[in-house]
Amino acid sequence: MVNQNLAEQLGQKFPNIVVENGDVKGYPTVVIKKEGILNLAAALKSDPQFGFNVLMDLTAVDYLFWEEKGLRFEVVYNLYSTSANRRLFVKAQVPEADCTIDSVAGVWPAADWFEREIWDMFGIQFKGHPNLKRILMYEEFKGHPLRKDYPYTKRQPLIGPVN
Amino acid sequence: MGEVKLEKFSFMTTTLNDAIGWARKFSLFQYPFVTACCGMEYMATACSHYDVDRFGAGFPRFSPRQADVLFVVGTVSHKLAPVLKKVYDQMCEPKWVVAFGVCTCTGGFYDNYATVMGIDTIIPVDVYIPGCPPRPENVLDGLMKLQEKIQKQKQEV
Repeated sequence: MVNQNLAEQLGQKFPNIVVENGDVKGYPTVVIKKEGILNLAAALKSDPQFGFNVLMDLTAVDYLFWEEKGLRFEVVYNLYSTSANRRLFVKAQVPEADCTIDSVAGVWPAADWFEREIWDMFGIQFKGHPNLKRILMYEEFKGHPLRKDYPYTKRQPLIGPVN
Repeated sequence: MGEVKLEKFSFMTTTLNDAIGWARKFSLFQYPFVTACCGMEYMATACSHYDVDRFGAGFPRFSPRQADVLFVVGTVSHKLAPVLKKVYDQMCEPKWVVAFGVCTCTGGFYDNYATVMGIDTIIPVDVYIPGCPPRPENVLDGLMKLQEKIQKQKQEV
């Protein structure tokens, strides 16, 4: 019940940012416009009403073959509040035409490497990130391997044959 | 001068090649290039229960320049491949390579952008030990096959 209130509360407090709010498998979840992520993140962390002080995980989803979705990427923020012992999922919509979103590394320092990983795997750029370069793949690697249109057997070896 | 009775003396005859082979196969200094879960099985083999020291291979060296056998234990990614090649190149002759586990043999169940499809695409391999991971008995079997190979080969000195 408390969860339901949280998602609704966010929808009422940020009507220009929150597109959708509700419960997903018992966890409050809000879908937002990517332009609002910095404002929302700052409020979620510093407002004692929310107090989401921990960024548990930060990842992305590629909806390339999911036609009814109508957009390419979602960046998913998995937040946790140690004071209230509750979680919140924030999903920011990122279209293919403009693969950028503001970095939240200034709000939660943990976002630094997560954002580098998303850049590496999905090619979503984080504006304002202090050091946005590949974290897992090598610099010579072309493309972003977790994008659905990256051929899953395509290899780019540094030495040796391609297969 | 009477006849010399050879059997009164303690000696044996062999060839230099066989003698060097015997010495080499029982004093294998290994370099464990451990990258993944197979490492646990490698440790189990090395510890007292299976005791790889019985085969004269109980002394891992952590410098490739002092090692005879390169044990490649675990998945090798394309990012790591140049490092493996460099380690191999740093080893002194004579040297041998053991591919430990399916990932090093063929890439195993990884068929993707990140994984090398068998280390034999980068460096020559003497013995393949398949298994995911191989049991210690399997590893010891591979080690004995390597010893057999060393004994039979032409010893360069």
